[in-house]
Amino acid sequence: MTSAALSSGRRRRRWLTRRARRAGLNLLGLLVALIALFPIFWMVSTAFKPATEWYTLTPHPLPAHPTLGNFRAVINGSVVGIPYWNFLKNSLFVTVTAVVASSLIALLAAIAVGRFRFRFRTTYLIMLLIVQMLPQQALVIALFIDFRSLSLLDSLVGLILVYTAFALPITIWMLRNFVAAVPRELQEAAAIDGAGPMRIFWRILLPLVAPGLVATSVFAFVFAYNEFIFALTFLGTDTAKFTLPIYVQYFYGRNGADWGAIMAASTLFTVPVLVFFLLIQRRLRAGLVAGAVKG
Amino acid sequence: MVRTVSGQPGRVRVPAGPSSGAPLSFRQRGAIFIRRHRLVPYLLLIPSVLVIAALILWPTVQIAEFSFQNYGLSQLVGSSPTQWVGFANYAQIVHDPEFWLSLRLSVLSAAVMVPLTLIVGTLVGLLLSRLGRKMAAFVSSVSVLAWATPAVSASVIFVWLATPDGGVVDWFLTKVPTWLGGGAHWAGFSWTNAALPAYTLATAVVVWTSFPFIAISVLAGLRTIPGELFESARVDGCGPWRMFWRITYPLLRPIFQVLFLLSVIWDFGVFTQVYVIIGELGQRDEYNLGIYEYATAFTMPPAYGLASALAFILTVILLIITVGYVRASVREGALQ
Repeated sequence: MTSAALSSGRRRRRWLTRRARRAGLNLLGLLVALIALFPIFWMVSTAFKPATEWYTLTPHPLPAHPTLGNFRAVINGSVVGIPYWNFLKNSLFVTVTAVVASSLIALLAAIAVGRFRFRFRTTYLIMLLIVQMLPQQALVIALFIDFRSLSLLDSLVGLILVYTAFALPITIWMLRNFVAAVPRELQEAAAIDGAGPMRIFWRILLPLVAPGLVATSVFAFVFAYNEFIFALTFLGTDTAKFTLPIYVQYFYGRNGADWGAIMAASTLFTVPVLVFFLLIQRRLRAGLVAGAVKG
Repeated sequence: MVRTVSGQPGRVRVPAGPSSGAPLSFRQRGAIFIRRHRLVPYLLLIPSVLVIAALILWPTVQIAEFSFQNYGLSQLVGSSPTQWVGFANYAQIVHDPEFWLSLRLSVLSAAVMVPLTLIVGTLVGLLLSRLGRKMAAFVSSVSVLAWATPAVSASVIFVWLATPDGGVVDWFLTKVPTWLGGGAHWAGFSWTNAALPAYTLATAVVVWTSFPFIAISVLAGLRTIPGELFESARVDGCGPWRMFWRITYPLLRPIFQVLFLLSVIWDFGVFTQVYVIIGELGQRDEYNLGIYEYATAFTMPPAYGLASALAFILTVILLIITVGYVRASVREGALQ
């Protein structure tokens, strides 16, 4: 009897400490989430604050008198002289074209590396690893000189070319695992049934690699949408051609004190990506899980 | 891509049928040639090799070439020819105190950023592995938002957070008790006017944006370690500190090695954050190596040859680290 009561008391104490530990861990988790979110929250909150609330002795987390004035100024383009949509259009055009181009080229390469054994395979893979690490602020000098002679400066086409090239190594590197995960038996069965290489590609390889294609194109998208050095250098003085990162930097550089409008511009640049990420995150996870089951 | 039914790759059986007697068309002969010589993988690689060679490898070669030339504005517009100047650019760099200052800033800032990012990221990864399922999913998706925030936005936001009048950081520091380093003297403190505070701010931006990547990689590694290992260690009375150094770290060493080298490469070459925080190219005493090289090339008068020499030095430093990264990746079996 007594020993049973004692052990139940001990069990209860252990249960309590476990609960306390779990509560402590959850608290730490919330702290991490708070630190990760706070700068983003502060950006959005400032974007809704009227000028009188930017500089206060005691900062308030939420705007007392929320206003859309900052967003209106950015969208109308009353500060830079060109409306926000122009820059969004430039960014989306460059990013989407580069992502599509690099995904297509990378898919071909990934099939080669993921499906075949050939002589220069290891050399090629090591080349990809090294190329990924070359500093962009170094290469930009040579590319600037080359693009100047090809009249690709102040043009979005030049940016698309560079983004396609620089997104390739990581895209191929990630995509080849998805290609390698497609079971060989499926292909062989299709081949026995008389399907040609093209048919096997469209009917078997592509549908099975599609989730991987989505996952890798997210990385290419984030790279191209955020890229700064090349856009800064190539687009130079032609304000109308600016992509969003350069636009936000230019906006900030010219209106150093207009924090409401700067944060509104930054919000309009950043929040779409973050929403896109939150939406696609579940999909990415689903794709990965499906891949694991199939593999 | 396709193995023949007989299981012998590369050998093609001419399909039997009405056309078997007729001479092969050009297309068919081409297909047979490609298959017999196993050219398919090489053909698939051509586009990527061409793009990478033209836009990444060739510019690297050019940087090396320009670094031995007197390439400047008049050479760019073609009014005077480029001349080979030997090691003159490198000699000038070695005797340039600004180069050594910028190199020092790059090395020192990486020496602070890398360990800080790795420690914070690893701690968050360990925390994520202990949390309940829902809480872990919440914390990791929120952290990924910090990672997805563009460098330009993150830098502008942090400059605003740390702005001398009205910024949250200075306000917070005036509220911190004096024995913790806070106090009224923080009111109106400028974080962008000198190298030390500017790079402290840059470090904050870099750690904030890159800890989620480290945390999620570490978490993925932790999932591969069987739970019984920790269980038996706990039964033997092992504390969390010992458990990390005796079990987690040795088992995840390849991952840590790759993360370390990647962080070194990224943080040594940090550009955008510093460019925004120091206010474009205005304050020369706050240049790191990458910014110094960029400013040499793109502020008047442009010295592309000299800048290429700087760029080449930067590239070589990063390539040396990359060799370690490649070796670690090969050892980890990443090339399979």
